[in-house]
Amino acid sequence: MSISIEQQIPTGTWTVDAVHSTALFSVDHAAVGTFRGQFRKIDGGIEDGVLRGEVSLESLDVFDDNLKGHLLSPDFFDAERNPKLTFASTGVRVDGEHVVVEGDFTLRGVTKRVEATGTINGPLDLGDYGGTKLGIDLETSIDRTEFGLNWNAPLAGGKRMLGDDVTLSVHLELVPAEA
Amino acid sequence: MRILAISGSLRGDSYNTGLLRAAAELAPAGVEVVLYDGLLEIPPYDEDTEAAAPPAVAALRDAIRDADGVLYATPEYNGSVPGVLKNAIDWASRPRATTAMQNKPSAVVGASTGTFGAVWAQNDLRRILGLTGARVVEAELPVGRAQEAFVGGELASGDVREKLTDVVEALVDAVREREVVLSGER
Repeated sequence: MSISIEQQIPTGTWTVDAVHSTALFSVDHAAVGTFRGQFRKIDGGIEDGVLRGEVSLESLDVFDDNLKGHLLSPDFFDAERNPKLTFASTGVRVDGEHVVVEGDFTLRGVTKRVEATGTINGPLDLGDYGGTKLGIDLETSIDRTEFGLNWNAPLAGGKRMLGDDVTLSVHLELVPAEA
Repeated sequence: MRILAISGSLRGDSYNTGLLRAAAELAPAGVEVVLYDGLLEIPPYDEDTEAAAPPAVAALRDAIRDADGVLYATPEYNGSVPGVLKNAIDWASRPRATTAMQNKPSAVVGASTGTFGAVWAQNDLRRILGLTGARVVEAELPVGRAQEAFVGGELASGDVREKLTDVVEALVDAVREREVVLSGER
């Protein structure tokens, strides 16, 4: 189903509906697979035309406590020093059927400009089923080593346990901020 | 500031334990280096008894929790970390969700009577500590031909004393950085 594709960050002030939003990452793993993780706590919204978002690293959701502990440790996200991933948009442009949202992404205290591609759907008034909603789906790829996230392990045949490129994606539902 | 010093050797005249005694002397003012001496009492790791840990294990976990940082000195047995030290770390790193090793500033030094100064064991130990969640200081001190660096059980080599001082200072710096982070001033 297709609804109005705005391809612009709308005016007004919007808040992320965290229950219906997800933030995910995926990375090549073990030379043959793909590892995905997600964050349970997402905050963000739109104000003055700027889309902002942050996730709490402590809310990382993976299937094993040992793995979570290692991912939050200095070897990976170093969550004690930098407890959040953050994004703030600096511009939006239309590219064919998609929008490209440019912005500053911060990981491990390092901020880099990234371009995320996706769609902005709505706003749509759902009436009694949640009021007015706005959907934003965006995806980008970063080189984690540019942020100092360098952990790896060598595998046979010169391969490595983890890829450098990490795909980040958000699927956000936003609602008008209460005045 | 309190630094727990853990030697991977049980030998009475261990050069690695000697390195840690020297580190206690060389530590800057205000830094207390406390030698851990319970390694021999740690039983083999057993997940079945993990929650109700044996007293020696509880004491080790408390010692790590009470320390601001940990300095390890490892010999090299068959190219890696001695089993007794790995076993103690395996205990201390569990349960994973509450281990005091997470984010604990940690540094590694090592001595051997061969020429390489336990450099493989130090590499392995840093990797192992990273897996436990520790903040591993990027410093290395391979003391080769350790028998020549010690006189009467004391670390006599000026060069090694200087390098050991550097490692201790790097560990102290990591502890201070963490204090700033935990105080919320950063």
